[in-house]
Amino acid sequence: MAQAGAKRANGTHKAEATAEDLLQYYRDMLLIRRFEERAGQLYGMGLIGGFCHLYIGQEAVVVGMQAALKDGDQVITAYRDHGHMLAAGMTANGVMAELTGRRDGYSKGKGGSMHMFSVEKAFYGGHGIVGAQVSLGTGLAFANKYRKDGKVCLTYFGDGAANQGQVYESFNMAALWKLPVIYIVENNQYAMGTAITRSSSETHLYKRGVSFNIPGEEVDGMDVVAVREAGRRAVERARAGEGPYLLEMKTYRYRGHSMSDPAKYRTKEEVDDIKAKSDPIEHVKKVLIDGGHADETQLKEIDREIRAVVSESATFAQESPEPDPSELMTDIYIDA
Amino acid sequence: MTQILMPALSPTMEEGNLAKWLVKVGDRIEPGQVIAEIETDKATMEVEAVDEGVISKLLVEEGAQGVKVNTPIAVLDGEGEAATPTPPPLAGEVRAKRGEGDVKVPAPLSQPAARPDSSPARGGASLTAADPELPAGTQMVKVTVRDALRDAMAEEMRRDPSVFLMGEEVAQYQGAYKVSRGLLDEFGPERVVDTPITEHGFAGLGVGAAMAGLKPIVEFMTWNFGMQAIDQIINSAAKTLYMSGGQIKSSIVFRGPNGAASRVAAQHSQDYSSWYSHVPGLIVIAPYDAADAKGLLKAAIRNPNPVVFLEHEMLYGVEFDVPDVADWVVPIGKAKIRRVGADVTITAHSRMVGLALKAAEQLAGEGIDAEVIDLRTLRPLDTGTIIESVKKTNRIVTVEEGWGQSGVGAEIAARVTAEAFDYLDAPPTRVHQVDAPLAYAANLEALALPSVDKIVDAVKAVTYR
Repeated sequence: MAQAGAKRANGTHKAEATAEDLLQYYRDMLLIRRFEERAGQLYGMGLIGGFCHLYIGQEAVVVGMQAALKDGDQVITAYRDHGHMLAAGMTANGVMAELTGRRDGYSKGKGGSMHMFSVEKAFYGGHGIVGAQVSLGTGLAFANKYRKDGKVCLTYFGDGAANQGQVYESFNMAALWKLPVIYIVENNQYAMGTAITRSSSETHLYKRGVSFNIPGEEVDGMDVVAVREAGRRAVERARAGEGPYLLEMKTYRYRGHSMSDPAKYRTKEEVDDIKAKSDPIEHVKKVLIDGGHADETQLKEIDREIRAVVSESATFAQESPEPDPSELMTDIYIDA
Repeated sequence: MTQILMPALSPTMEEGNLAKWLVKVGDRIEPGQVIAEIETDKATMEVEAVDEGVISKLLVEEGAQGVKVNTPIAVLDGEGEAATPTPPPLAGEVRAKRGEGDVKVPAPLSQPAARPDSSPARGGASLTAADPELPAGTQMVKVTVRDALRDAMAEEMRRDPSVFLMGEEVAQYQGAYKVSRGLLDEFGPERVVDTPITEHGFAGLGVGAAMAGLKPIVEFMTWNFGMQAIDQIINSAAKTLYMSGGQIKSSIVFRGPNGAASRVAAQHSQDYSSWYSHVPGLIVIAPYDAADAKGLLKAAIRNPNPVVFLEHEMLYGVEFDVPDVADWVVPIGKAKIRRVGADVTITAHSRMVGLALKAAEQLAGEGIDAEVIDLRTLRPLDTGTIIESVKKTNRIVTVEEGWGQSGVGAEIAARVTAEAFDYLDAPPTRVHQVDAPLAYAANLEALALPSVDKIVDAVKAVTYR
C-alpha cells in the first residue's frame, strides 16, 4: 500500500472465531480481570505500593492482539501493563510478586507495577515514561529488520502518549525504513483525568499516521475478535516488509487512572453505561452461550479455575520474601 | 587596495588548502562571484568576493596546503571600496545549530578579533613508546583524534556484525565533523544509518535495538542536541537493567563532541561531563588524545553497558601518537598519569588535559613540579589513582570545562577530602567555567573558560607561591 489510508471501524465485522478460540479468549480476558481486581484489593491492603494502573475494561485489546502474533514477536507497552504481561504468557505468580515488591517477582522486586519484563516471553516492559516505549518498540522492530528474523513488534501506547513528540519521531523513522512495528493506541478516552476532547485537536487517533504514510484503522477495542482480525492484517503486512501500521483501539477503563484516582472527571452513568453495553468479557460470554458453544455451568467452572490461579498468586506474592539487601547493588552494571 | 583573506569555514577551522583559483590577475570581479575553492579535512567550499574590483595579485598559489585562516590570499584594486571592512564571517555553519558543509562563505576582508584560547594543544605529553601500557618497542603512528575514532568504529564493526552506527549525517555526508568518513562505503547503509533530525526518537530507537541485542553506536552531532534525548539515555538505557532485575541489557554507545568549540555561544557549548557522570548505570568516558580515543571507544563498544562517550571538537583535528598494534583497547575506569610530579596534583579530562600539561610545563619553569592526571573515565571514577597522587603531593587542583557547581571537580574534592584529609596541605581547589552561560563575544568567552593561566594561578594558590 503506497498511500496511507485511514478508516473508521464500520461495525460490520463478521469475523469468524471458533468456539475453541472464543473460550480461550474468554479465559484469558477473565484472568486479567480477576487478577486486576485482586491487585486492587492488595493495594487497598497496603501490600502493593507506589503507582498501580489497572487494566479492567480494556482486556479485549491485548488478548485479541496476542492472538495475532507468532512466538518470538515482541510486545512493549507503558505502565498499564499487567494485562499485557498475562496475555504474553507471563505467570500470575511472577507478576503479582513483583507488584508486592518481592524477590520472586519478574524484576526481583526492583521494578514494580510499571517496570516488568520477560525476555523469554518477548515482553520488553513495562515503561514508566509516557511515550518512551514507542521509540523503544520502534528500535526492537529495527533490530528485527536488521537481523531479517521475520519478527514483528507490537508497540502499545495510550491516547495520552499520542501527544508526545517522540511518538511522531518514531512514526517517521518506522515508515521511512519500513520497520515491522504495529502501533496500537489504546484509546480509553482519558489521559489520566483529561478527556481526549480536551487534549487532542484531532481525536480520531487512527489518522495520526497519515502524514507519515502509516495507514491507520479504528477498531472496536471491546470486541476481541475484531481486535484479532485487525491485528492479523496489520501483522501480516508488517511481516511481509510493508512497514508499520496504526491501530486505534476504542476502549475504556473502568477504574481510575491509578489506584489513587477517584475519577471525578467522568460520571458514574458514563461508566455504568459502558459496563452494561460494551463489556468485552460479557460480549464473548453472550456469543458463547447464544451460539451454543458453552453453557453457564462451563463458564462458571472457568471462572472458578481462574479465581484459584489468582488466589494462589496473591498468596505467593505475600509469602515470597522481600529481596535480599544484597540485591540493592546488583544489576547496575554487567561485568565486562 | 583590499586584501582578500583566507576565510574560515567553521568555528574551529584554523587552516585549509587553496584548491583552485577561479580568477586570474586582471579579472574584474563582482560581489558574490566565486573566486576560489578551498578545502579542509572536513569539507570544501567556494570563496565568494565581497567587493567589486580588479584582481591585482594572487598571493597564494593554487594547490597550496595549510593556508592559515586570515592569511592574505589575493589583492583587489577597487573603485568604491568599502571604507569600513566587512566583519569577518565564521560562517561555515549554514543552519545555526548544525555542522559544517559545502557552503559558500564570503571571504573576510579584515582581521577578526583575536580568538579566545581555543588552539588545541598539539601533541602534548601524549603516548610515548616508553608508556607503561605498551610493550617495549611498539611502533607509533601519527593519527588525528577524528581518524582514531573512525578507526575504532571500523575495527569494531568488522569484528562484530551486531555493531552499527546511526545518527544525523553519519553516512552519505560522511559525518558532520567527518568522524564517520568512509564507513558507509565499507559497511553499507544498513549498518551506517542516516537518521532524520530527531534526537529523542533515534536515541530511543537505538536503546530499543540494544534491548533486542544489537550494539548501536548513536552519534549526536553534538551533545548539546543529545539533551533532547536525555530521558532515553537515563530512564531507558541506564536504568532498565536494574528495573528488570538484570534481564534487559543495553549495550549501546552514545557519542559525539562535547563542550565548548569556539564562538558558538551558550546553547552549543555545554559540557555534559557532570550531568551524565551523576547517573548509576552509565559509563562515562572523556578521552584526551588519539590513542585513548581509539582504545577507549573500542572498549566502550565492546562493553555490555550503556556508555556516554564525550569527545571534543577542538581535538578532532589534532594528531597524536597511536600504537600501531592490531587491537588497541584501553581499559575503562583507569586514569592515566600524564606527567609525574611531586608538588601538586592536577586532574583534568578531555581538552583540559592539554591545558593542564601546558600549565605544568610553565610551572616547572618556576620550580613547581606538577603531577597531571588524565581522568579518561568519569564513571567509574578512578579515585584510587587520585588519592595516591594526593598522598604524595598533598595538594590538588581539579580542572574541568563545565560549570563548578555539582561538577566533576566538586566530586573529586569531596572524595579527596573524605579519603585523604590528613594528607592535604591546602584546600582542594577547582578550575572550571564561570557560573554563567557561555558568551559569544571572544573576550567574554575567553574569560569564562578555564585557561593555562587560571590553572597556573590555582596551583600557585595551593602551593602558597
